[in-house]
Amino acid sequence: MKKTNLELKEINKNEYIAQQESNLNQALEMGLSKDEFELICNKIQKIPNQTELGIFSAMFSEHCSYKSSKKWLKTLPTKAEHVIQGPGENAGVIDIGNDQAAVFKIESHNHPSFIEPYEGSATGVGGILRDVFTMGARPIALLNALRFGSINHPLTKHLVSGVVKGIGGYGNCIGIPTVGGETNFNKSYDGNILVNAMAVGLAKKDRIFYSAATGAGNPVIYVGAKTGRDGIHGATMASAEFTKSSSEKRPTVQVGDPFTGKLLLEACLELMQTDVVLSIQDMGAAGLTSSSVEMASKGGLGMHLNLDLVPTREEEMTSYEIMLSESQERMLMILKPGSEEAAKLIFNKWDLDFANIGKVTNTGRLILDKNGFEACNIPINPLVEDAPEYNRPYEIFQDKKIVKSDYFKSNQTLNDILIKMFKNPNIASKKWIWEQYDSSVMGDTILCNGKSDAAIVKIHGTETKNTLGKGIAMTTDCTPRYVKSDPITGGMQAVCEAARNIVASGARPLAITNNLNFGNPEKISVMGEIVGSIKGISQAALTLNTPIVSGNVSLYNETNGQGILPTPVIGMVGIIDEVENSLGISAENNNTLIILGQNEDFIEGWLGCSLYQEIVTDDFDGAPPPINLNAEKKIIDMMLTLNDNNLLTGAHDISDGGLLTAICEMLFENNLGLNVNLPKALLSSKTKDHLTHSWCFGENQGRIIISTNKTDEVVSLLKKYLIDYFILGSTNTTSNLNLSNVDTISISELNSINEATIPSIMD
Amino acid sequence: MRAAVAIFPGSNCDRDMIVALKKITGKSPLKLWHKDTEAPNLDLIVIPGGFSFGDYLRCGALAARSPIIKNIKNHISRGGALLGVCNGFQILIEANILPGSLVRNKKLLFTCRETTLEVQNSLQSPFLSSFNTGDYLNIPVAHNEGNYIANTELLKELENDGRIAFKYKQNSEIETDYNPNGSLHDIAGILSKNGRVLGMMPHPERSINSLHGGTDGLKFLTKSIEEIVG
Repeated sequence: MKKTNLELKEINKNEYIAQQESNLNQALEMGLSKDEFELICNKIQKIPNQTELGIFSAMFSEHCSYKSSKKWLKTLPTKAEHVIQGPGENAGVIDIGNDQAAVFKIESHNHPSFIEPYEGSATGVGGILRDVFTMGARPIALLNALRFGSINHPLTKHLVSGVVKGIGGYGNCIGIPTVGGETNFNKSYDGNILVNAMAVGLAKKDRIFYSAATGAGNPVIYVGAKTGRDGIHGATMASAEFTKSSSEKRPTVQVGDPFTGKLLLEACLELMQTDVVLSIQDMGAAGLTSSSVEMASKGGLGMHLNLDLVPTREEEMTSYEIMLSESQERMLMILKPGSEEAAKLIFNKWDLDFANIGKVTNTGRLILDKNGFEACNIPINPLVEDAPEYNRPYEIFQDKKIVKSDYFKSNQTLNDILIKMFKNPNIASKKWIWEQYDSSVMGDTILCNGKSDAAIVKIHGTETKNTLGKGIAMTTDCTPRYVKSDPITGGMQAVCEAARNIVASGARPLAITNNLNFGNPEKISVMGEIVGSIKGISQAALTLNTPIVSGNVSLYNETNGQGILPTPVIGMVGIIDEVENSLGISAENNNTLIILGQNEDFIEGWLGCSLYQEIVTDDFDGAPPPINLNAEKKIIDMMLTLNDNNLLTGAHDISDGGLLTAICEMLFENNLGLNVNLPKALLSSKTKDHLTHSWCFGENQGRIIISTNKTDEVVSLLKKYLIDYFILGSTNTTSNLNLSNVDTISISELNSINEATIPSIMD
Repeated sequence: MRAAVAIFPGSNCDRDMIVALKKITGKSPLKLWHKDTEAPNLDLIVIPGGFSFGDYLRCGALAARSPIIKNIKNHISRGGALLGVCNGFQILIEANILPGSLVRNKKLLFTCRETTLEVQNSLQSPFLSSFNTGDYLNIPVAHNEGNYIANTELLKELENDGRIAFKYKQNSEIETDYNPNGSLHDIAGILSKNGRVLGMMPHPERSINSLHGGTDGLKFLTKSIEEIVG
């Protein structure tokens, strides 16, 4: 469109540039490829102007388009009777009975958190909360999955401190309890930390809000905070590898304001009590671009917006900047025509901006006006439908080498190893971290951080005469060592461990949200990790009937060509009918500890790829412990039966660090002791015997330790259902762990080490 | 019992406090919005925890300038009882209803955990008259700015006048971090001169459930309400 000189003067210089034709070099700078640029020109039948190109580059970014992973994500199992909404919306929705639904999702904020740990992690929490309340759900819990570099790396302390403060800073202020998660350290994350945040909310089953735009002519409403110049092109930044100059990308990190987030949460939920909201979408990655495009695209409609009406924080923002800003705490809504004034009153009450910025159209085009000119006029379909989908070459590498226990010629005692375990920040108590999170606000937290394998939060208002109510169980899990050595087994293991954690807390597993964190998918081996772990996750999720209902993919987690350990985090949600039946990990005195999934004949534990191997040799290799999905299912069902019969006092899944580490964790809180039975074949063994070490620290899967004061009843049920089990012994008040003739270990001393490890690094 | 909970933008423990009061009295307390300039005669107003106005400027500073504060001051001048919990305590200090200051926790970290409170030998106060000196209550804290400081004269005055309601209790001689925020004299809560205003950092409304947080908060709130109603 040609403009007169006079008209050009009216537009400021930057806006003029934003409306100029773009070229290939600019497209490459924005992260598009030559083919993609040509595809765009072809599809829209013109050379895009700068604003239009910016919109395409954001929508075609890996972050928004899932172009490398889409082909494989489609293969995930997403359906089950209890699924109300699977992937594709702001969050997944499942039926939890009583006409209620749980709404949940996990999302990464890896790149921004590395550049600016406080703001990056805080806005990660803010963003995932908006995804949940956009659907009409009140958030009731937050979790996270964090991966940092080696504890000795010079940046790690700064990053841990900033990320933990940021997560707390947002969650504590907005008043949603942070109840669970995991934090691990490995040198592969030195240059790329992972910050995955998960939120769970509650909604009425028939009051879920979706994002598809409806009704040509309906008003498009912008609410929340004003648009600033922060986070411009954040989605594109999150889709590229880091180099040494990445700290220059600090301006692409968004800045969060949990106070405005809280006001927006309350205002949206208050408006949703009425019947005027037709559709709603959070402005997350790629801000106004992705929200308007996705709403219009899902509704098969178009949108005509006047960018002069968008509330801005700064003067003279261009159409390009407004469309690509990732300022936080903003929402886009389609309202019933005529309801604008009533809706505005609610947002005024909460001191939030409310602007009618345009209309839904039936043209199928995105038309944007700025300063009286058309700043953008492009068809919507190519932005979504024609977004590239790559079938990237891959090779799934599976390490088949079996590391036998005699590989470890250890001269260390069991106590030596246990001390190293609890001095290792991966095993040591994370109390220093979780005390910085408000875990009890909202008054419904039953079990959280470290007290149980999965967090349990009571469902408000489900109390009856007989029970305090139903509860939602939640956990996040992944063992990247296993995924690295064998992506398929590693993917299965993450799902199985999550399910074991849910049943060990007394609840029934229901569904999954996943966060797939990997390196550069253009590398054949990394793509193999993606494909392999999706295959593994799918198989396990099918067997356990825990479909994937939402998720997020974060690729290009590489710095100077060095990739992270593949980290497909599983966030799992379950349900418990009576929260009184929740199980913690701590045993009480005079409890019998019984291990499920292993019997008297089990002697040699699996040390390949174990934390033991990492601790003893400073590295890991070999095949990870295999997964038997049917056996996992059997143990999970058995746990539910045992708990339904009120036979358990506690339970703990065996994972990193193996059996002996898990036993210690069960004894710590009440400072108990245990005389551990050893299988007959090990009775004459010594404390430095590799076989004994493998029995104590092997990471064979499908095992849970239960504590009970009804041993006979438990054993008769285990026999009835043909479950392998082994009685470990009875707890006592000595605070000593005795392994017949092998070793005596002081639980209280170990616990002091356990508690001191992280504070001694961080304080 | 005529009770109300005062709500500011950014309050986030209002629902929890309402649940607790309803559990005790059988009816929901009135909700007062920060812009309310009129309120009926009440027996008790509670200012709940949270991050009023995002803790901007200083915790409680902006809330202390809200229209409702005039109401609250009228309420106490009528002899009404007033309880400020956590951010509510911070607001009472910023509004000059209670003396001293609450500054950042000694370790400069937000802290959420169980604490044990020891009831002090206090002046006659409806919040404490059902308890004996030395009684203890297990009630959790969750705050970033709970470190109570005051000058020597004020501390002496508070001690001598029996205006320290609770101190964090050391459970054993080896326990070093029993005080979660480094407050002077281990102060966890203080009273007004007439004992009818109590500000405290710990959250009694989070301790009303035997499965999590215990029930000492419920006991404290129940006894307080019984005394206030008389």
